[in-house]
Amino acid sequence: MHIEIINLHKHFDTQNGRLVVLKDINMTIEWGEFICAVGASGSGKSTLLRQIAGLDHPSGGEVRIDGEKVTGPGPDRGMVFQHYTLYPWMNVQENAEFGLKLQGIPKNQRRERASYYLDVVGLTSFAKALPKELSGGMKQRVAIARALASEPKVLLMDEPFGALDVHTKETMHEFMLDLWQRTNITVFMITHDVEEAVFLSNRIYALGARPGTVRKEIIVNLPERTHHIKRQSVFHDYRDELMDLMRSHGQEAFAAMAA
Amino acid sequence: MNPSSDSFAPQTSAKPGRTLRPTVFWRIAEDIPKPLNWSLMIASIALPLLLWWVVTALQLVDPKFLPSPGTVLATFQRLISTGELQKDTIASLWRVGVGFSLAALFSIPIGVLMGSFASIRALLEPAFGLMRYMPAPAFIPLLIIYLGIDEAPKIALIFIGVFFFNALMAMDTVKFVPKDLIESTYMLGGDRWQTLTQVIFPHVLPGIIDACRINLAAAWQLVIVAELIAANEGLGRRISYAGRFFKTDEIFVGLIVIGVIGMSLDLFFQYLLRVSCRWSSQRR
Ligand SMILES: Nc1ncnc2c1ncn2[C@@H]1O[C@H](COP(=O)(O)OP(=O)(O)O)[C@@H](O)[C@H]1O
Ligand SMILES: [Mg+2]
Repeated sequence: MHIEIINLHKHFDTQNGRLVVLKDINMTIEWGEFICAVGASGSGKSTLLRQIAGLDHPSGGEVRIDGEKVTGPGPDRGMVFQHYTLYPWMNVQENAEFGLKLQGIPKNQRRERASYYLDVVGLTSFAKALPKELSGGMKQRVAIARALASEPKVLLMDEPFGALDVHTKETMHEFMLDLWQRTNITVFMITHDVEEAVFLSNRIYALGARPGTVRKEIIVNLPERTHHIKRQSVFHDYRDELMDLMRSHGQEAFAAMAA
Repeated sequence: MNPSSDSFAPQTSAKPGRTLRPTVFWRIAEDIPKPLNWSLMIASIALPLLLWWVVTALQLVDPKFLPSPGTVLATFQRLISTGELQKDTIASLWRVGVGFSLAALFSIPIGVLMGSFASIRALLEPAFGLMRYMPAPAFIPLLIIYLGIDEAPKIALIFIGVFFFNALMAMDTVKFVPKDLIESTYMLGGDRWQTLTQVIFPHVLPGIIDACRINLAAAWQLVIVAELIAANEGLGRRISYAGRFFKTDEIFVGLIVIGVIGMSLDLFFQYLLRVSCRWSSQRR
């Protein structure tokens, strides 16, 4: 059982004519995987994620989850956005419960489940805090707990750590790996940060830009996943390969703009 | 830095004396010290009062035209003791209360719907935009023809004057709801109704309170206008009646009471606004 992205095509009709953003995208996500799609900014990553989320509709092709075509958004896919999307007037506990409330789950049950996931992300002691009192990393952890509380099949993440400083980012990476190992959650994350992708995922899709295409699929085999690995040559090899792929995209895009 | 670039330094360095000088009074977009703030706020009311007192005490103006603060205070006490002022105040407040509440009751949900749905916006915005530019007092003759001269035309006037503005301002508040927040709600399993009532509405509530605060001031003006034209009691009617008999002291009493009540309502709404947006990270 898995998620399939089949011949996905997406264009937007703009004032300057038709803009093809995604072309012939084929991907599969098996349950339990941690997958990153890496691409330069503007390569259509967010657009791709929105098609999986059902927040937008493909111009061609389709996304299937367990064989069923995605037609709209729903809580079987947990989403974490780059920008903080906590409800500012609700405290952390209420935020974590909100999805369950929308789904009509009784109060006791949703309190219990939200508390469980707040514990998973290590924020139990902040249950009564308002979002404005939290740091950026904590906000994203609440957003993750909120998504997990619905027990989704997959966690979709759109550059979730893009706005964080380097140290917080590193902590969040370790947190994500730990979370993934403990909960067996499937993660599909998009990012432009090559090291982030190599460090976190077991498989990477490298995207080319304008139009966005799958340039290469890379299986990541690292002997360990601690920050020591970032100094070892295996890690550098993966990173350099991806950097080269992205660099050639940059040149292509530059050539396309100049033409 | 290498020596060759150093030799250019005298020509390229900016003129001295351009350093921003420190100040307390003229700080832009910054707070001033609390004691200074309070002194200035007290002066804002005290200085005009003092000027008024000096002008009348020195008899620079005929007291028939400008009564002294003492005369106005005496008139105020007389009108209170006969109960006339209370009757007028209650009459005006009642009209504003009913007219404004009705307008808010309809304009807030309609405005939020207009802000949320492009379809409803397309249907209503042109008409409302047009109505907004028809000054409410211009409807008075029609309202009198349709509704007579009792309470109905006055309340209708306030309704017209508040409804369209408030709906359009409520509509604008929805613009500030981040799209990500709405889409997050869909991803959490929320339907459109839930998104409207449990996400958009709480998010725009402070903005709506602020819109109501501004439009309540308009309602307060309109009730006075309505009473200047036809009424048996009310603060507006007190002023126009006093004018006919050259009772400038009563006009002053009326004006001051209108001002004080209006400002109290404004302060009340400012308080509601502060309470309703404690969650907001920006200060309002
Ligand atoms: N709704 C839209 N209408 C028109 N163009 C869009 C729309 N959404 C995205 N695009 C364009 O598609 C391209 C890819 O955008 P996006 O998916 O956000 O890239 P990324 O997330 O990789 O930075 C950009 O050039 C962007 O301007
Ligand atoms: Mg993006």
